[in-house]
Amino acid sequence: MADATVTAPEHTASSPRRSIPELIAQTEIDLRLFGMVVALLAILLGFNVVSGGKFLTPTNMTTLAVQASGVAIMATGMVLVIVSRNIDLSVGSVAGVVAMTYAILMTDILPGLGIGVGNPFQWLIALALGLGLGALIGLVQGAIIAYIGVPSFIVTLGGLLALRGTVWLLSEGAAVSGLDETFLLIGGGARGSIGGTATWALAIIGCVVVVAGAVWSRRQRRKFGFPLRPMWAEVLLSVVGCAALLGLAFYANRNPWPRGLAERFANENGIPIPEGGLFIPTGFPWPVLLVIGVTVVMWFIATRRRFGRYVYAYGGNPEAAELAGINTRLTIVKIYVVMGVLCAIAAAIYAARLNGATLDIGSSDELYVIAACVVGGVSFAGGIGSIPGAVLGSFVMASLAYGLAFNGVNSPTQNVIAGVVLIIAVAFDTWNRRRGGTR
Amino acid sequence: MAVAERVPLVEMRDIRVAFGGVHAVDGVSIDLYPGEVVGLVGGNGAGKSTLMKALSGAHPPDSGEIRVNGQPQTIGNPRDAKRFNIETIYQTLALADNVDAPANVFLGREIMTRWGTLDEGAMEDATRKVMRRLNPNFRNFRDPVRAMSGGQRQAVAIARAVHFNAKVLIMDEPTAALGPAETAQVRDLIRQLKNEGIGIFLISHDIHDVFDLSDRIGVMYHGRLVGIVRKDDVTPDDVLAMIILGKKPEEATQHELAELELGS
Repeated sequence: MADATVTAPEHTASSPRRSIPELIAQTEIDLRLFGMVVALLAILLGFNVVSGGKFLTPTNMTTLAVQASGVAIMATGMVLVIVSRNIDLSVGSVAGVVAMTYAILMTDILPGLGIGVGNPFQWLIALALGLGLGALIGLVQGAIIAYIGVPSFIVTLGGLLALRGTVWLLSEGAAVSGLDETFLLIGGGARGSIGGTATWALAIIGCVVVVAGAVWSRRQRRKFGFPLRPMWAEVLLSVVGCAALLGLAFYANRNPWPRGLAERFANENGIPIPEGGLFIPTGFPWPVLLVIGVTVVMWFIATRRRFGRYVYAYGGNPEAAELAGINTRLTIVKIYVVMGVLCAIAAAIYAARLNGATLDIGSSDELYVIAACVVGGVSFAGGIGSIPGAVLGSFVMASLAYGLAFNGVNSPTQNVIAGVVLIIAVAFDTWNRRRGGTR
Repeated sequence: MAVAERVPLVEMRDIRVAFGGVHAVDGVSIDLYPGEVVGLVGGNGAGKSTLMKALSGAHPPDSGEIRVNGQPQTIGNPRDAKRFNIETIYQTLALADNVDAPANVFLGREIMTRWGTLDEGAMEDATRKVMRRLNPNFRNFRDPVRAMSGGQRQAVAIARAVHFNAKVLIMDEPTAALGPAETAQVRDLIRQLKNEGIGIFLISHDIHDVFDLSDRIGVMYHGRLVGIVRKDDVTPDDVLAMIILGKKPEEATQHELAELELGS
């Protein structure tokens, strides 16, 4: 009681000269994540050099980010799946079924019920039903895995086949197109981006959150008398975080609307077109904001909520979790429900980008999602892996694919390189962990 | 005796547990009083751990009755047992290696903030306090427990049991993986907990450990309870004979005892 305010002495003792590793340790940054950010930047810069400086443009980077968004969103859920020593091979097919469901709802079923084109509720109803379908599929698969005890590999392999077949059955083998205009914003593009002002506003709000988070966490530590981060580290991290956010906003705002679209917009709204063309910044595209939002929410669930704690504890030692009185079966079911909802969010992005649904939406995504997790440091032994890591992993894989394609590498060669990179990344990680011992 | 008039903390009556056709625990009755240490000994597969798993909820019994403070209760899972303040330190420690000490101590019973998030600060604070009592040298409050020594891991497992006001503590081979200094520490702790009025079931292979710490000793043999003896009434050799022969000393024939003498 009385000793709540006593400061813990360890860590606070300071010697005048400190080594660089010690200084880095004091910032408490996750070296793995930091390494991945460096690797990602290196890949992007590398492609930029190879392409003679044509690769690193705001337009390319925006397209790349939008292309990676579906896999990135599903990867955040796959982290929990793999951490809990399971696998989900069905994510691509779930996304396919839900995307087809959105398309059929908006083109056929809802108009048939009198909720026609232009009805502001049409896309909301379709989206809600799609998310519900994703959750339901997750619930069924999760329940079979947790309560009947069929291995997740088998259940979701069955799901992969059965749900892909369902896509065909739903659409009678045809692609469906023509979705609600508002729904299409989810897919990004010039109109599906929030524009220059909102982008700056979001970045500034992000900065406030970063600084407030640092202050709050320092206050918490002081309240319990735990060792504090040195002040220079706090300031450095906050400054770097804010600079990154503002830099991203600046970069995204350098991406203009396509000329034709901008001129049409100007003519429709009676805006005079200046000489040299009209520059309308696109800012952050909606799918990228969805990735950021999903990452933050999933990170929060994984690290700050009881459910996340149970997922990691179960992955570390299933028996211990059971003996601690955790309802492990329910936890597994919840993981698959979350996974299903995330597949449905990814499906919305896919369907909106295509303005409809094809039969192969999401096919092979399970492989890219699992690869993203693994590159992002999620261990198949269970219990280890982070949400931001998997998101970074999906951007690394997407950058490779996009960069190779941009530099004229054909698709089979891209696959060869992606496969080799996957194995090398995991081999390096395994070696690094063994060397480091504890991590 | 005064003890006999008090209500036992727990009473297990005619407990049976079978795995397939094997009777791992076959009609065992045993009780435990406040401030008492009951040692459980027996060879490998004698049923000690299985009997205790019936009490801790890890493996509920097929039949039999468990009374807590005189009331018949059902213990169907570990959560039930914890609700009755029956805490267990498993031989394997049952720690999640990938999370830190506070997360393990509070696993399944996390302190939450009013926002519904994990109150890491409060949990770490409480863990620091309980560790100050158990193992003052303990410093790793942020590292995954995998990185810790056997003694530190043991301390985490014990902290988990004692932090939540255990009334009954089941310790399954608590010193098996420890060095001499750490073993002494655990023994001191057992005496301290006993003085606080906690009842302890102590499973051990080490007959000297058991003699040193226990008030009564239960001997199991092939799923049956050979007998419960007061420590002061027997010698270690008597208990050893019970473990090996599966009979009380007075039931064993001179011939059997003589063979034991020759063997040892």
